[in-house]
Amino acid sequence: MRRTELTADSVAGPEPVLEARGVTKRFPGVLALDGVSLALRPGEVHALVGENGAGKSTLIKVFTGVYRPDGGELRYRGAPAAFATPMDAQHAGISTIYQEVNLVPMMSVARNLLLGREPRGRFGVIDAAAMYGEAERVLAGYGVETDVRRPLRTLGVGAQQMVALARAVSVDARVVIMDEPTSSLEPREVETLFGVIAKLRERGIAVMYVSHRLDELYRVCDRVTVLRDGRLAHTGPLAGLDRLRLIALMLGRDLDEVRSAGLTSFDRAGQPRANGQAPVVEARGLTRRHVLDGVDVSVRPGEVVGLGGLLGAGRTETAKAIVGALPLDGGQVLVAGAPLRGGSTAAAIRAGVSLLPEDRKAEGIIPTLSVRENIALAALPALGRAGVVSEARIDKVVEIFMRRLRIKAASPHQLVSELSGGNQQKVLLARWLAVRPKVLLLDEPTRGIDVGAKAEVQALIDELAREGLGVLLISSDLEELVEGADRILVLREGAVVGELSGDEVTEERIMATIAEQADG
Amino acid sequence: MNREQVSRTLQQHGAAMVLGVLVIVGSLAFDSFATPENAASVVVSSSFLAIIAIGMTFVIISGGIDLSVGSLFVLGGVLAAYGSRSGPLVALLLPLAVCGAVGLLQGLVIARTGMAPFIVTLAGLLGVRGLMLAISDEGATTYLVEDRAFAALGQGQLLGLSYPVYVTAALALAAMVLLQRTGFGQNVYAIGGNEQAAALMGVPVARTKVYVYVMSGLLAGLAGALNAARLSSGVTILGIGLELDAIAAVVIGGTLLTGGAGGITGSVAGVLLLGVIQSLINQVGSLTSAFQQVVSGAFLAFVVVAQRLLSKAQRLT
Amino acid sequence: MAELTHDRGGRPAGRAAVLKPQVYAWVQDYGVYAAVLALLLFNVLFTPHFLDAANFRTQLVQVTPIVIVSLGMALVIGTQGIDLSVGSVMALAAALTVLYLGYGWLPALVVAVIGGAVVGAAGGALVAYVGVQPIVATLALLVGVRGLANVLVPQLVEFRNPGLIALGSSSVAGIPVIVLIAAALTVIVLFVVRRTTFGRQVVAIGGNRSASELSGLPVKRVLLTVYVISGLLAALAGVLATARLQASDPTSLGQFIELSAITAVVVGGTPLTGGRIRVLSTVMGALLMQLLAATLIKHNLPQSWTQMVQAVIILAAVYATRKRGTR
Repeated sequence: MRRTELTADSVAGPEPVLEARGVTKRFPGVLALDGVSLALRPGEVHALVGENGAGKSTLIKVFTGVYRPDGGELRYRGAPAAFATPMDAQHAGISTIYQEVNLVPMMSVARNLLLGREPRGRFGVIDAAAMYGEAERVLAGYGVETDVRRPLRTLGVGAQQMVALARAVSVDARVVIMDEPTSSLEPREVETLFGVIAKLRERGIAVMYVSHRLDELYRVCDRVTVLRDGRLAHTGPLAGLDRLRLIALMLGRDLDEVRSAGLTSFDRAGQPRANGQAPVVEARGLTRRHVLDGVDVSVRPGEVVGLGGLLGAGRTETAKAIVGALPLDGGQVLVAGAPLRGGSTAAAIRAGVSLLPEDRKAEGIIPTLSVRENIALAALPALGRAGVVSEARIDKVVEIFMRRLRIKAASPHQLVSELSGGNQQKVLLARWLAVRPKVLLLDEPTRGIDVGAKAEVQALIDELAREGLGVLLISSDLEELVEGADRILVLREGAVVGELSGDEVTEERIMATIAEQADG
Repeated sequence: MNREQVSRTLQQHGAAMVLGVLVIVGSLAFDSFATPENAASVVVSSSFLAIIAIGMTFVIISGGIDLSVGSLFVLGGVLAAYGSRSGPLVALLLPLAVCGAVGLLQGLVIARTGMAPFIVTLAGLLGVRGLMLAISDEGATTYLVEDRAFAALGQGQLLGLSYPVYVTAALALAAMVLLQRTGFGQNVYAIGGNEQAAALMGVPVARTKVYVYVMSGLLAGLAGALNAARLSSGVTILGIGLELDAIAAVVIGGTLLTGGAGGITGSVAGVLLLGVIQSLINQVGSLTSAFQQVVSGAFLAFVVVAQRLLSKAQRLT
Repeated sequence: MAELTHDRGGRPAGRAAVLKPQVYAWVQDYGVYAAVLALLLFNVLFTPHFLDAANFRTQLVQVTPIVIVSLGMALVIGTQGIDLSVGSVMALAAALTVLYLGYGWLPALVVAVIGGAVVGAAGGALVAYVGVQPIVATLALLVGVRGLANVLVPQLVEFRNPGLIALGSSSVAGIPVIVLIAAALTVIVLFVVRRTTFGRQVVAIGGNRSASELSGLPVKRVLLTVYVISGLLAALAGVLATARLQASDPTSLGQFIELSAITAVVVGGTPLTGGRIRVLSTVMGALLMQLLAATLIKHNLPQSWTQMVQAVIILAAVYATRKRGTR
């Protein structure tokens, strides 16, 4: 908005430093990028957005030398370029900051920061004192003040991200690609990051900024490119492009449709669904040092309770504590009035409380097993006698849930790792529904799955609640939270700081609740 | 010091501390323990394992493992004795060349195909043992070291200690500098700590891995050659299973088997610790050498449990 | 299908490099059977007296301990673990057998097997409850338990217990008893892996431990049990080998058998990364290595050749598995 003079789109702009012209990338059976063009100019901050599977990461990987395009041309500093490896791209001046910190946790901060270009002393041997001094100096510029001799892992995630950023930028970069750089940063750290980006802009460095957080895009970016299904959906100045229009471009949906239907598939026609009933699960005073601070949560049958808050507010930890997967210093979980043995996920599951974890790949699927085995996993003891499983009963359960959740797999015997993210998520939901829980804790159930599957999962949550299941819904997607939940608890720094119900359940109120506490 | 630093110090220097305690206890308990002769004998007999453990330390820090070193040690000895007919230089260079080549081959397979080091070097263990048997008439022939200059390398003494001790000390020092103060050393830590990140940070992952296995092969061959010089023959049976001792020493020394952390001093302390345990058990006349295995095994178990608890303590802070 | 393609577009790492994955899949699944068959055929054609019953029996009896040990090893490797202690457990079993033989061969066998289970429990506890890496935990046991066996029985002891000798040398319908025992154990392990809750849980834990924990599986208990089973089977193999030798030899019995067992498992196509257990292929893997050694010896190639060829086969087998793994 403020920088329209820099972003004049076509001929007027400076020569692009990095450019993709009609780039195509094919994988077996998939056209990941279909004739995508994108020009990155010196001194601009260019947003790259799109849903999962739109081709963002493939495009980044083409730019950074991980993939080579099958068609089209990559140009760098006015000449055709072909990077054989990520190192080639880095040496040429294209630095990348990845979503997950890509450093070496056990090495010291200084060694991480300066790996590959440590100051040398006599005989070409590393000069440790100079290395520590330089690391301290560099990091001070990024607001990180720490003992640089300590292993990197002892730093907070935000500080680690800053080290990664400092490392990427201090290499003589002409282009810096940031892939969801703020996903694990505290607000204060985000400000520091934006300060760094402003400096990069002044130095004439091109920044490609990938993020789902629209607020951030509007704050720091000059131009935006939208990808959808591997194709270029839009490219142009960000100023003047209104938010809803941008969302519509990303989703490929009609603007009016977005406006009238909202962005989720929840159908919250009725009022709160669980009036008067006793809570089916009740957590009291969940406490763990530095993580949770006396969290009280209760869910009634048929009720969807949302957990709001920023990353690191303790939402995932609350859910894990309820099912006994997080050791507690204090607190108690009651299921239908009876206390649950702490620290035992198995006991929680037997009592009817199940958790769909946030990290599908690390904590959800068993990649070496089939769809069928994955669905049956938690229910195994119930699907057999005397420790011997009944194949017939498994088949029946698997068939029921594959049909009900519309799981798209070649057969129940296909490896689960070969399914798409959305279908994997449905397999996990099926795993939990097969044990007939009373309460489901859903941690980011629609993250990283495509629009279609997202809608189906949201509709399923609705349906399950209507059938009387209690649901605890954790989502970073405020829209999903607001439209899906009957009641929302807002967490901050491991404590419940507000409860919203009825008409109070709005995005504004959630944000206001978080913000209120942030000031105080 | 806070808890985290305490546990880190224990993890890094625990072996040296226990070594110190054992030496003191041993000196008080046995008159014949703290004698120069006994100390020399512990140090000398530890030096060959120490050379192997140095190479193993690099391998393990890089996130790998090398099971072939025991076989390479034996092969190195046989080749050295065989080569000693053609003079001291051949006696030294032949085992180094062959063992280095085996290391190179293993390193290339590991780095290029992404196969697990455990399996590749397990195959190496078998293959090298086969090779050793093949050149020694199925183990029937024991070549004698016929070159006096070469034999002197293993038997000659300076200040009451035989040469291999000095070779080991020099190698340990060089390895420490290499590991802590060179880009190569940093690369080894980086790929062991997080291989993917290391690749993105510009570490030549494949090349570093190859170097590490070449080094391990060279050092195992060298240790074998020196041992042959000391014994004046290329013994075909000694040293089988030595890879496990080397791994044990490295782990006792505080190097994490998961890679990314550890150091040379710890490994050397680990080797000496195993040597001192053996010496102490020899002091107790009534105990057989089988007891040494029991104690070593129990001690290794103790160390890994302690390490586990220490790293848990570190993560909590 | 549209959804499927999307996600693949998102992160297709390593996919393009895979050549003819179905060929590798076939080699991984049936390669070991094909190799055994090919070797058999070769021997029938070119090795004199190969088809003699006596020869067959000798081969089978020789491979029996490896087969039994590798059944346990397959379970352990299925959990992403490894058990280096099996050879030492065999030695301990040999020592215990001869120590308790005075009470009769059956009590001695029971004591030996219990001893193996205790060692397995120790390793399993270190792995499951303390969180020590399997390779170090069982390495400590390899060293310590061998020592213990030697302390108990310092040198080779011959015995004349008729029951134990019969166990090692008698046959039923021309088939040695110990071969029958190995076959029965194979069937039992096969049943456990395929048809029991426990078997499914073992594979799931190997495939993804934290997911298994969150799914309420008794992860630690299952891990402990797996190592106990491995110790138990190794002890049984130790007793049978002792019975056949008609002597207890804790110094050298079972030395390096962990390598043979790991080889059998790996050659059978079970990935070291866990999450998959192939019982019959493991047995085939053991048979293949035995047959290979026998073939080379029959054709006057020395032992050194056997080991070098084995090395190549291990590498080839794992190479084929690797391709499947990256899919």
